[in-house]
Amino acid sequence: MGVIPVLILWPALIALLIPLLRNSKARGIAVYVGAGGVMILALTLLISWLRGGGQMVKLYQQTEGIDHLMLAGELVLMVLIVYLSIRHRKYPVILLSVGQTGLLIWSETTQPVEAPYHMAVDCLAMLMCIIAAFVGGLICIYAVGYMKGYHKHHTEYQDRSGFFFSMLFLFLAAMFGLVLSENLVWMYFFWEITSVVSFLLIGYTRTEEAVNNSFRALWMNLLGGLGFAIGIAVAAGTLGTVQLGEVVAAGAVIPVVMLAFAGLTKSAQLPFSSWLLGAMVAPTPSSALLHSATMVKAGVYLLIRLSPALCNTMTGMTVAFIGGFTFIAASMMAIAQNDGKKVLAFSTISNLGLIVACAGIGAEETIWAAILLMIFHSVSKSMLFQAVGSIENSLGSRDIESMHGLLLRLPRLTYIMGIGIAGMYLAPFGMLISKWVALKAFVDADNYLLVIFLAYGSATTMLYWTKWLSKLVSLHHTKEPAHDATLPDQYLSMYIHAAATLLLCLLFPLVSTYVVDPMIVELFGSAHEVLSMSVLTTMAIMLVSVIFVPSLMFLLTRATHRDYVPIYMGGINEGDNTYFTNSFGEPEHLYLSNWYLRFEFGMRRLMRPAVIVAAGVLIVMLCLIVGGAV
Amino acid sequence: MQVVSVVLYLILAPFVGALLDGFDRIISARMQGRKGPPLLQPFYDLAKLFSKQMLAVNSVQMLLNLSYLVFLAVAGAMLFAGADILMSLFILSTADMFLVMAASSDSSPFSTLGAGREMIQIMAYEPMTLLLAVGFYLATGSFQVVDIIHMPYSTVLPMPGFLIGFFFVMAIKLRKSPFDLSTSHHAHQELVKGLTTEMAGPTFAIMNIAEYYEMTLMLGIVALFFINENWWSWPIAIVACLFVFFLEILWDNVSARVKWRTLLDSCWVVTLLSGGLNGLILMLIR
Amino acid sequence: MAKLAKSPWLLHYDASSCNGCDIEVLDCTTPRYDIERFGIINTGDPFQADILLITGGINNQCESVVRQLYSQMPDPKVVVAVGICACTGGVFKDCYNIKGGVDTVIPVDVYVPGCAARPQAIIDGVVKALEILEQKREAYSEKQEQKGRA
Repeated sequence: MGVIPVLILWPALIALLIPLLRNSKARGIAVYVGAGGVMILALTLLISWLRGGGQMVKLYQQTEGIDHLMLAGELVLMVLIVYLSIRHRKYPVILLSVGQTGLLIWSETTQPVEAPYHMAVDCLAMLMCIIAAFVGGLICIYAVGYMKGYHKHHTEYQDRSGFFFSMLFLFLAAMFGLVLSENLVWMYFFWEITSVVSFLLIGYTRTEEAVNNSFRALWMNLLGGLGFAIGIAVAAGTLGTVQLGEVVAAGAVIPVVMLAFAGLTKSAQLPFSSWLLGAMVAPTPSSALLHSATMVKAGVYLLIRLSPALCNTMTGMTVAFIGGFTFIAASMMAIAQNDGKKVLAFSTISNLGLIVACAGIGAEETIWAAILLMIFHSVSKSMLFQAVGSIENSLGSRDIESMHGLLLRLPRLTYIMGIGIAGMYLAPFGMLISKWVALKAFVDADNYLLVIFLAYGSATTMLYWTKWLSKLVSLHHTKEPAHDATLPDQYLSMYIHAAATLLLCLLFPLVSTYVVDPMIVELFGSAHEVLSMSVLTTMAIMLVSVIFVPSLMFLLTRATHRDYVPIYMGGINEGDNTYFTNSFGEPEHLYLSNWYLRFEFGMRRLMRPAVIVAAGVLIVMLCLIVGGAV
Repeated sequence: MQVVSVVLYLILAPFVGALLDGFDRIISARMQGRKGPPLLQPFYDLAKLFSKQMLAVNSVQMLLNLSYLVFLAVAGAMLFAGADILMSLFILSTADMFLVMAASSDSSPFSTLGAGREMIQIMAYEPMTLLLAVGFYLATGSFQVVDIIHMPYSTVLPMPGFLIGFFFVMAIKLRKSPFDLSTSHHAHQELVKGLTTEMAGPTFAIMNIAEYYEMTLMLGIVALFFINENWWSWPIAIVACLFVFFLEILWDNVSARVKWRTLLDSCWVVTLLSGGLNGLILMLIR
Repeated sequence: MAKLAKSPWLLHYDASSCNGCDIEVLDCTTPRYDIERFGIINTGDPFQADILLITGGINNQCESVVRQLYSQMPDPKVVVAVGICACTGGVFKDCYNIKGGVDTVIPVDVYVPGCAARPQAIIDGVVKALEILEQKREAYSEKQEQKGRA
């Protein structure tokens, strides 16, 4: 277990080292070494933990020195935020930052709490570590190639790649700290670091839009942080403990609702979704790492931890409603987007919503679904982000419309996208099975509203993925050449992701038995069979068939003779499939657009009402819960 | 028993579908004051299509069409094997996705238009199918078709709303007016043949066979509403299926095609009012 | 009658007709004439059609269109020229922009004269085309078999 400090300090060290390296090649090597180190360390931790029996391990009883260091760290973060807010004239942010740091310091000085231990390793924490280490490490490797291409394209932005990598590694360090912390004060410290790192990364390009979006992300996350701080202060004051496990076991209403609130902001649930959309201005690796695969998962991680205290309470109902509502609203708004990254962002929000809803119900089945959703979503979504980033570097655009016929122009990237998209919504991939279990669990939990949300939300989810997929597979021969500008670093990461997606789906029954069930046991004390083994095996067979059937058909039909003719355009093709004769007798280029239904599902139409509904419910329920508890 | 019914489904479904299609065409013709084609016309059509030249606009359409067929057959086989109805419906939408891809792979104006409309159609009917599965679960306590058909009473009694809702969205799946947006059997229209525009000869025949599998699957779900543990429920179910099918034909002939917006709105609202309310009541009295 | 003759699907194309013959073609689908009795469907899609029904003479603008539509129909297929314009160019024959009848561009199998052609005549023509279609089908499958053997 001695490896834990190394696991946290190693990326932090790399983060300090990288800005010192001016040479991009040396920097690349440092990133590889750093990422490789992180993966090896995480594996070492996993192995030593498994050797120890895979039980919950409690660590670090006496940590006064570190506590003081963290307090100092929090003050540094506060000063940094205050400085940047003054420089960019965003004064309200100062209030939030000073408020929560002050609250925490006051709480720690007036109500000192003896913590029996500060960190704990259990299944869920271990899983999050592995996800952060492997997905995160691969994304860092991907970023080596990506940032070169990015600055080749965007000469208007200052090249601050060193800073960028440094922040990625700092984030990894904070993420490890966050998921391993059991003491809420420690967790809060790492929580704040992730908020600040995310803020700095969103502002990477220093354009006006980027700065505005980064401050929006900051204030929303700080609001959550304030909730976190209030939760800690109340827990310390009333319960005399700041251990997450003890707070959950006590089921104390106010700390739990405040922590849940922090979780909602972190995972960008409505009404706080807009920060994640704004975060898409950042270079793609940071979107992949922070804004889909790991950081936003910290929010749902906290909610899953809280779930035993959420089960059958008003807090749980509220969280579940917000999650379910976000699921359907975000998936509807995704339909109207033609920017690839925006669609991914909405889909992330929407899927997080589903996980949050599962956590809010807090039953065994839903947590099972939530954890699986989290695993599958991390891997698939990170891969999709990377693929979109590579496509953007190659085409100079991330507009889905310009991906028409991508299968012929950038085949390798298209296959990766295809696997990612299929993994996100098709039967019988992991996401869909988890959704199925979630549906069943919602019915069992007698939450009919969530059933309705899920039924309609699945339909809208289906639409935006299918239309993207069909755009990719249109066999449209354009005359514009496309040069695949993707570097080997990027492919390395994406191939491993693609393989992991497929393997995870194939090994679904094993993942369920050996990874998820122990977590359920940890959280609830016992685990029942959510889906019988035969069902899971059937699903694995189905998955093979999804890959196998089209391949078989390919082999069968390859030999058949076909006579090729042009597509039907009323008989006025100009010799090929790309031009037709228009009414002036001139050749006109064929342009086929997807459906976006902007007037029906556009953000302009839906965002405001959705935010109002979610905010209204949140405020009213917060008042009721807190008022009822006081 | 399960194996027998799956094999029977896989072999007989295209024949049943084609025969029903033949009836459909005669009844429609009579409703319009015509004589109509012979009963076996769909078989003649299929035989002809298979004997025609293999024209294609690309190399993948055939394999995507075949995948559509296979997945539909799998979805239907799951239902007739008595397996999980929710899984069967999920695979049904996966199958549909292959059809959408087959149509978009042409990258032609009319098939792309059809594919887009097909996606809207899927979005319109999917909430109902999911709620339907939930409805069966609420009424019988199981998603397994085997358990549903061994109830002491027909599930239509507790869930009439679901039957109405399903009848409504079934018009989409049977490609009947007013919801035949993505392709249609009639000529002289804005979308030519929609997503089947570039399907010639054998490719189109495969698409048709897939549609027959789907038709049988849909009627199988209707039968699920009526079948219970008593033997006499089976003939009742068959009669009910035929009656529902007749109603769909009647609806087809008395209504004109609607715009996609009307389709989406009406399907979602009807789903919510029939299936949604019925499900809510079931949940409350559970 | 065998396969094709039982299920001939039509593609109706108006080359440069005055619409007189087109109306008569559409007449055939009405309950009074009911061509679906013979399994005939008016598809409007060359990929699924067996019979190309053309009305009107061929002019410069539609020449390439007719060729293309014909090429997009899978073998075996027949062409029926409906109305005197489609047969020979009719009264427009000597116009500067008219090439003549349909057979100046693609091979025509059945000529249905008339101005406008009567529905009964059109149906007669189509039924006649069915025989030719059947012969073509036999020839086509023989050719395919030879190809298969070779």
